[in-house]
Formats: sequence, C-alpha cells, structure tokens
Amino acid sequence: MSTAVVDPMRSVVYEVQRIRKETSDTFTLELHSTNGSNDFPFAAGQFNMLYVFGVGEIPISISGDPSKHRSLIHTTRAVGLVTGAMRQLKRGDSIGVRGPFGSHWPVEHATGYDVVIVAGGLGLAPVRPALYHILHHREKYGNVVLLYGSRTPNDILFRREVEKWRARLDVDVHVTVDRAIHPWRGNVGVVTRMIPKAPFDPLNTVAFICGPEIMMRFTVLELQKRGVTTDKIFISMERNMKCAVGFCGHCQWGPNFVCKDGPVFDYASVKHFFEKREI
Amino acid sequence: MSIIESILRDHPFFAELEHDDIELIAEHSTNVRFEPDTYIFRQGEPANQFYLITYGKVAIEAFSPERGPLTVLTVAEGEVLGWSWLFEPYIWHFDARTVDMTRAIAINGEKLRAQCEQNHELGYQLMRRGVHVVEQRLQAAMIQLLDLYSVQGAV
Ligand SMILES: Cc1cc2nc3c(=O)[nH]c(=O)nc-3n(C[C@H](O)[C@H](O)[C@H](O)COP(=O)(O)OP(=O)(O)OC[C@H]3O[C@@H](n4cnc5c(N)ncnc54)[C@H](O)[C@@H]3O)c2cc1C
Ligand code: FES
Repeated sequence: MSTAVVDPMRSVVYEVQRIRKETSDTFTLELHSTNGSNDFPFAAGQFNMLYVFGVGEIPISISGDPSKHRSLIHTTRAVGLVTGAMRQLKRGDSIGVRGPFGSHWPVEHATGYDVVIVAGGLGLAPVRPALYHILHHREKYGNVVLLYGSRTPNDILFRREVEKWRARLDVDVHVTVDRAIHPWRGNVGVVTRMIPKAPFDPLNTVAFICGPEIMMRFTVLELQKRGVTTDKIFISMERNMKCAVGFCGHCQWGPNFVCKDGPVFDYASVKHFFEKREI
Repeated sequence: MSIIESILRDHPFFAELEHDDIELIAEHSTNVRFEPDTYIFRQGEPANQFYLITYGKVAIEAFSPERGPLTVLTVAEGEVLGWSWLFEPYIWHFDARTVDMTRAIAINGEKLRAQCEQNHELGYQLMRRGVHVVEQRLQAAMIQLLDLYSVQGAV
C-alpha cells in the first residue's frame, strides 16, 4: 500500500508539538498540521521528506504508530547540517513535510508467520511502526521476537518502551550492547549472536532488519544459517535523496530507486546488489 | 548414562562425538553453580577448565585501571565459556564474572589435554570445536570493533 500524495513536490507546513530527547544525539519530534486536518495515513516503514526552512530537506522515517494518524512522529539523530538544525527546533516552530513515500514492511503478508525484527542502533525507529502494527493485531502472528543491538546502555532507543515490550508475555525482546561497564546486567556482544537461540521456526518466519548495512549483512547470514529463506527477509536501505518520487535518480541503487522501490526491500530481489560494493 | 553424559551429548559443542569420547569427557566433568557476581576465573590464572553454561549469564571482562571492569562479551545458557585451556600458555586472558546465578558443567581441560596427547583423533575433534568457538568470537569482536552504531560507523 502506498498512500496517495496530493502534490508530492510540495511541502505542507506542520508545527512542532512536542520534542523528546531520546539519547544524547537523538530526539523525537511530534508534529501537528497547521491547517487543522490532523490526518496523516501512512504504512509502517514509509518516510517523509522533512524541510527545515532555510536549511534543507532530508528523508526521515516515520517512527510513530500507523493506527494513530493524528500526529506525525519522527525520530532523528543529529549527524550534520539539517539534522543539527532540526535539533534546535522549539515547540511551535514550523517544519515542511512531504510524504509519505516509499514501500513498507509487509506486515499483512507476515500474518500466520513468526516475526523476527532485528534492529541496530537508530534502526529501531523505522521498524517501530511495524512492531506497533503487529502488537495491535497480535493474534494474527506466531512468535514475535525483537532483537535489538545498541552501542552502549545509554544509547538504547525508546528504552522505557522497550522495557514495556519486554514485560509482555507475548513478545520475546532481547537487547544487547556493544560495550558496557557496571552496573549493566544485560547482554554484551553483537546483535547477530542472539539469532541462533531466538525462539522462531525458521520455516515459518518473516524477518525485518533495520540498521547499518554491515550489521544487516551479518544478520542475513545468521538468519540463513538458521534456515530462513531470502524471500522472507526484508531490509530497509538508506541512500541520499532529493525528489523522493523517482524523478532525479539521486537515490539510485542498482536498477532500483530507494525512494520509490524502497526503502524496504525483500532481500531475495536485491541480494545481488546488496552483496556488491559501491552501488 | 549419567545426567552429565546426556547433557554433554545434547550440547552442540560435542555434537557427533563418539560415544566413548563423551563417556571419557563426562568422567572429567562436574556440575557447578555460582552465585551472582562471582569470579569464575581471573586474568593470569591457569586455564585448566572450561564450562558449558546451562543456566545464567557470565560477563567476560577486562580491567582498566582508569575505567574499572569493562565487559567485552556476555556468555549465556547453551554457550561455551573459555578456550584458553586449548592453547599455550594455558592462561586466562580475561576475567569471567557471573552476572546472574549461573550453573554450568565444568570440564577439566588439563586432563582432556593429556588425553588428546594420547588420542589424536579426540584431540582433532576438540581442537576443531574449540577453533569454531574462537572463530565465532573473533568475527563478533571484529564487528564490535567497527563501532557500527557510532555516527562514523554508520556511514
Ligand atoms: C529512507 C530514509 C530514511 C531515513 N530515516 C531516518 C530516520 O528515521 N532518522 C534519522 O536520523 N535519519 C534517517 N535517515 C538518514 C537521514 O536522512 C540523514 O542522516 C540526513 O539526511 C543527514 O542530513 P544532514 O544534513 O544532517 O547531514 P549532512 O550535513 O548531509 O552530513 C553530515 C555528516 O553526516 C553523515 N551522514 C549523512 N547521513 C548519515 C546517516 N544516515 N547516518 C550517519 N551519518 C550520516 C555525512 O556523511 C556527513 O559526514 C534516513 C535516510 C533515508 C534515505
Ligand atoms: S530521490 Fe529522486 S529518484 Fe529517488
């Protein structure tokens, strides 16, 4: 499902309603429309082009709950010019929004299957909407497993929410960090180490992976070792973007445009490019 | 068949070992239990044992005078703790501290080494398995080194 966009090249002005600091460099913005029509349907995994006026426009995934259209949630890490300026925004400031764009996590096709979500670092933000959807329709899925890897305990994204999910009896949540000092009592090690023991049936599993490309590559290998086939593995790719609607070619990746054919791809159809360098 | 023998037989580390070999390893194995925050071994001590963790979690730590103990890895249920018993100079390179109450099968590596000198087929089988654990740890450590979730690591 790709939601219709009125004029995909024109930003609509939104207002910053709430700002939440997630970690030292990551923050979540809750945006409301300024024209009173607070309705923004999107599918889990899609992204918007956010325009910080006078600075620039960048793609950011929607990290909110797809069943709640009234506010628009994005979680961003300040890494450069636009994201840095976005971090300076205050409540009531304006921001331009175009979207939603791109493909989505195939949550409907995953019904009846076990679902394994493997996220690394900020990668938890783009898959969070898929997890929301799955938890709203929990009875339609088999085992639901979230494996999340973060740099340190302080970098764990949405920590309180992750703890809430972990407290549920119907989701297996496992968190690991790359490095830790006392008093962290959780796992230390790369996220892929959790795959061999994760409770899913490889023949009936759909996997969603989101994180840095190297992490995704090793995750795919581990899932394949367990017997998950590549057509049941989905990854989310990032490439620099301009138009976001397949005109400019800026985001070309092999024969695909990440903005239009992605960002979510089934691994079987992009395997060839994913394993190649410098595409 | 003893309980320890059946645990060894079911463990992936010993998968497909001959019946007699498992029996022999079981003779050198004991069931052990550690309270939380107990050091199972410390850096510099002789590495004469290794452990199959059956319950709980163990942190592999390096001690930094400036930053205190740094956890580089945790080893949990179903995993193998310790491979320094296989390689000279048979000394632990890190500390191993239990995070939770931990149960394990402790295997006397010194005795096994002596057996391996006599029985090269057993030696090969154990070395092969030990190297596999080392290879997996090395690969994981290399990914950790890339620091993928840092801003520099992500691009
Ligand atoms: C489909 C899609 C969805 C995305 N979703 C999100 C999201 O939900 N949250 C989010 O924070 N980001 C997301 N991004 C990445 C985001 O678009 C970039 O971080 C942003 O464009 C950087 O712009 P900038 O002007 O701040 O940085 P620039 O000034 O352009 O770059 C500054 C420095 O940051 C580095 N950099 C650029 N991009 C990244 C990156 N992705 N990660 C780390 N360093 C980078 C550059 O190499 C450069 O060194 C997404 C990208 C795509 C394509
Ligand atoms: S961003 Fe222009 S084609 Fe994808």
